[in-house]
Amino acid sequence: MNSATINHAAAAIRSAILAHEADIECLDREIGDGDHYINIKRGCEAIASIEAELAPLSATDALNKIGMKLLSTIGGASGPLFASFFMGMSKSLKASATMNTLVLAQAFEAGVQAIMQRGKAQAGEKTMLDVLIPVASTFKQLADQGEPTSVITTRLKIVTGEGLESTRNMLATKGRASGLGERAIGHLDAGAKSCQVMIEAVCDLVSSHSQ
Amino acid sequence: MKKFLNDVEHMLTESLTGFATAHSDLVEVQFDPTFVTRKQKAQNKVAIISGGGSGHEPLHAGYVGAGMLDAACPGQVFTSPTPDQMLAAAEAVHAGQGVLFIVKNYAGDVMNFEMAAEMLPFEHATVYTSDDCAVINSTYTTGRRGVAGTVIVEKCVGSLAETGADLAACKTLGEKINQRTSSIGVALTSCTVPAAGRPTFEITDTELEMGVGIHGEPGRRRETMREADAIVADMVAAIVHDFKAKQLPAQGEILLLVNGLGATPLMELYLIYNTAARLLQEKGFSVARSLVGNYVTAIDMAGASITACLLDNDIRRHWDSPVHTPALRWDM
Repeated sequence: MNSATINHAAAAIRSAILAHEADIECLDREIGDGDHYINIKRGCEAIASIEAELAPLSATDALNKIGMKLLSTIGGASGPLFASFFMGMSKSLKASATMNTLVLAQAFEAGVQAIMQRGKAQAGEKTMLDVLIPVASTFKQLADQGEPTSVITTRLKIVTGEGLESTRNMLATKGRASGLGERAIGHLDAGAKSCQVMIEAVCDLVSSHSQ
Repeated sequence: MKKFLNDVEHMLTESLTGFATAHSDLVEVQFDPTFVTRKQKAQNKVAIISGGGSGHEPLHAGYVGAGMLDAACPGQVFTSPTPDQMLAAAEAVHAGQGVLFIVKNYAGDVMNFEMAAEMLPFEHATVYTSDDCAVINSTYTTGRRGVAGTVIVEKCVGSLAETGADLAACKTLGEKINQRTSSIGVALTSCTVPAAGRPTFEITDTELEMGVGIHGEPGRRRETMREADAIVADMVAAIVHDFKAKQLPAQGEILLLVNGLGATPLMELYLIYNTAARLLQEKGFSVARSLVGNYVTAIDMAGASITACLLDNDIRRHWDSPVHTPALRWDM
């Protein structure tokens, strides 16, 4: 992974988010406050606007810059959470001398842990973490076993979809939906949905390159 | 959606520019990062800074001025401001005595102010407001939301800071007021976030949302629309119940704030006040101070909230002290 692949991934994430505007907005209106899509889109556009600045950077520095940019652009809860993810990922990569699939999986996991710390949240609270935590552990497990990229991307797409679906019957205990009590049951979480869309987009990009 | 709007991307900038021009004797606005400060910056006192998503006007920028806030950081509509805004605002108004953040208890606001606080090169503290008693503080929630009671905290802590009180004393007063304040809101219609273009939630002419949040987030339950006295009675009962749950005295003097959520006329707000004051009096609380109007809004939502703050000499004195801001002014 280098800054060019990071820019490609950012572009893929951006188009996927734009393509899912209706789904994400609909979920957020049901049990949120209707601003999630707008905020995520603003973040995607901010990253697109610094593409040229990211290009000469190392992967570590590019991820950190993305984190800082998201922190000052998105706002809301998503801003600090996504920022913490990329800054956590950057910090983990910095500590490693090499770059391979396992190192990347470990960095992804470090990013997810940074989100958990910032949001003081766990799995099962009807948030983005219900997608991210299973993806992080599956990614690391498959990378550990030395599975080929195509197997990893196929499996992660399934896990991300299952993670999203798992939020449907959860009570929300974090975020705006937490005031709803049982009324949140039966609805998917919008933050989990946007994470699923992003991870799926990156998996599709990676598998199209590895073919 | 029908709104006074040019380009939704520029709505906040255009509105803030108008705000700053209209009140150019009192405030100044900076952009990129965006924050509002007093025109005459205060010296040698704790700097009181608040902020939050836009769409709740006049909160918070409308309360920047003598006797209240030193700076406010407006975020995008219903979206917390970002740490760079808070850092720039703190840099601009810090007067050597530390910085106190007043933050409504929402995950986004808490996290952004927390990250700003971690980066702040000054002595600092934070008061979180959580006066909304619609959300029961159980193991199922991140905690109660900060709503209209935030105005009372900002007014009184702002007053105390003007006396030269230190950071710890300002924080203590803010937390005491938050503890002695309960609010509950009711929505008759949804609000429409301009960039979304559609109402946040569906609600029919025969329904109301009891316990609605100031972003249109659903509250306790959807109920059938009924006469005002019956709605107000339920709201007052929720507040009295919350006072009890907080183990506050069952009688005493209160400050009663009836707040419009954006599209409810004053005529209805005073009608609500009339019933609320009578019912609270019957329950042993005498209304010693009142405020009725649009102070913490939810864009264009029709609806209202009722806030009661149990006064003591300290809180009463700081509520009564002179204040001169775009949205709140007396005695100066």
